[in-house]
Amino acid sequence: MTLTQSDIDGELAEIRAGYAKARAAGAPAAHHPPRDFPPYRSSLLRHPKQPLVAVDADPETVELSGPVFGHTDVTELDHDLTRQHAGEPLGERITVSGRLLDSAGRPVRGQLVELWQANASGRYAHQRDQHPAPLDPNFTGVGRVLTGDDGSYSFTTIKPGAYPWRNHENAWRPAHIHFSLFGSAFTQRLVTQMYFPGDPLFAYDPILQSVTDDAARARLVAAYDHSLSRPEWSLGYRWDIVLDGPSATWIEEGR
Amino acid sequence: MTYLPPTPSHTVGPFYGYALPFPGGGDIAPVEHPGTVTLHGYVYDGAGEPVPDAIVEFWQAGPDGSLAGAPGSMRRDPVTGGFLGRDGVRFTGFGRVPTDADGHYTVRTLPPGAPLVPYISVCVFARGLTHHLFTRAYLAEGPDALLASLTPERRATLIARPEPNRDRTHRFDIRLQGEEETVFLDFG
Ligand SMILES: [Fe+2]
Repeated sequence: MTLTQSDIDGELAEIRAGYAKARAAGAPAAHHPPRDFPPYRSSLLRHPKQPLVAVDADPETVELSGPVFGHTDVTELDHDLTRQHAGEPLGERITVSGRLLDSAGRPVRGQLVELWQANASGRYAHQRDQHPAPLDPNFTGVGRVLTGDDGSYSFTTIKPGAYPWRNHENAWRPAHIHFSLFGSAFTQRLVTQMYFPGDPLFAYDPILQSVTDDAARARLVAAYDHSLSRPEWSLGYRWDIVLDGPSATWIEEGR
Repeated sequence: MTYLPPTPSHTVGPFYGYALPFPGGGDIAPVEHPGTVTLHGYVYDGAGEPVPDAIVEFWQAGPDGSLAGAPGSMRRDPVTGGFLGRDGVRFTGFGRVPTDADGHYTVRTLPPGAPLVPYISVCVFARGLTHHLFTRAYLAEGPDALLASLTPERRATLIARPEPNRDRTHRFDIRLQGEEETVFLDFG
């Protein structure tokens, strides 16, 4: 039996109703997606059924520190995905800028931000991507940068295209950029995806909708920021990223 | 005090393979260091099938017990934009390995000098996994608060067993779901 978009829509509506009910009964907001999220079919066999085991962090806890990176780990060109080949990539040139913060609002300094994305046609430079959209010889779609002292980062790239996938019939991912972030502690590790405002595919996508909380989901959508657009050159988007999880400083300050 | 709600997690998806892995990602130990131990295993799903599109990260104390880490895990070549590999001297404490077509990973590292019952912190990402999972590969058993809090069956999932026929090699499988499901951790 073919799984249709309306099947998925029905499942999503049921999950949303359940969440609204739980919230009304006093449940806290869920900031992250549940790992068990049936509308995203690949999650079915890939989530633990046992509850996570809480670790009482103490100063010995290895995860309260984390990997560090430096200028040896990035090159000058890594933040500009439009300059990694002989020619210019096709597509709408954009800059994505923002700050990497911890949950207390403090900047995460000198840490590694990695991103990867499809090209303007919605095709990844990955052998397993069989979407029949053209590859762009002038675009790989991988970037890296270290955050500044104020936690800031900035990438120049092109706006990725939407692409189909096989979760259900006629499934399409809204345009997005994958991000990988490190904090000062390994507990703060985050891999996520950034979206573009106003995308008509949002409501249909079980991956974005795996974040059931409206306010949390909105935090995955960058803002168009005209002050970041550069005349005759690029359109600017702002996206701040907040890491959770305890860190050594967080423990020292007694939360 | 300010509290900013976090940016939600998302799956790493299927196409991280040309972005996140880097040459020598599993070679945490300096090349040919005599103290090198190998940690390896498979990632399995709830049907017992290997997961060929997971990516596993490792973080640990240095052999001296230091948790300071060091840059240089993914040293780059400013001339070509390629990767230089680690410098062969500094111990960065960080590893990153995608599982292969068999769902298998390998890291070569130095035994951590801390804590007393040494473990390597492990973070698992995969297509289909909406939010990464933390676990620990303990290289020995002993007095440890987390291990003590678990039943023997659950505790066994965190022990990286020395392999009888391979020198200095530990096996650590990660079962995302089902029988012998790995203990995954919540740091709050
Ligand atoms: Fe994607």
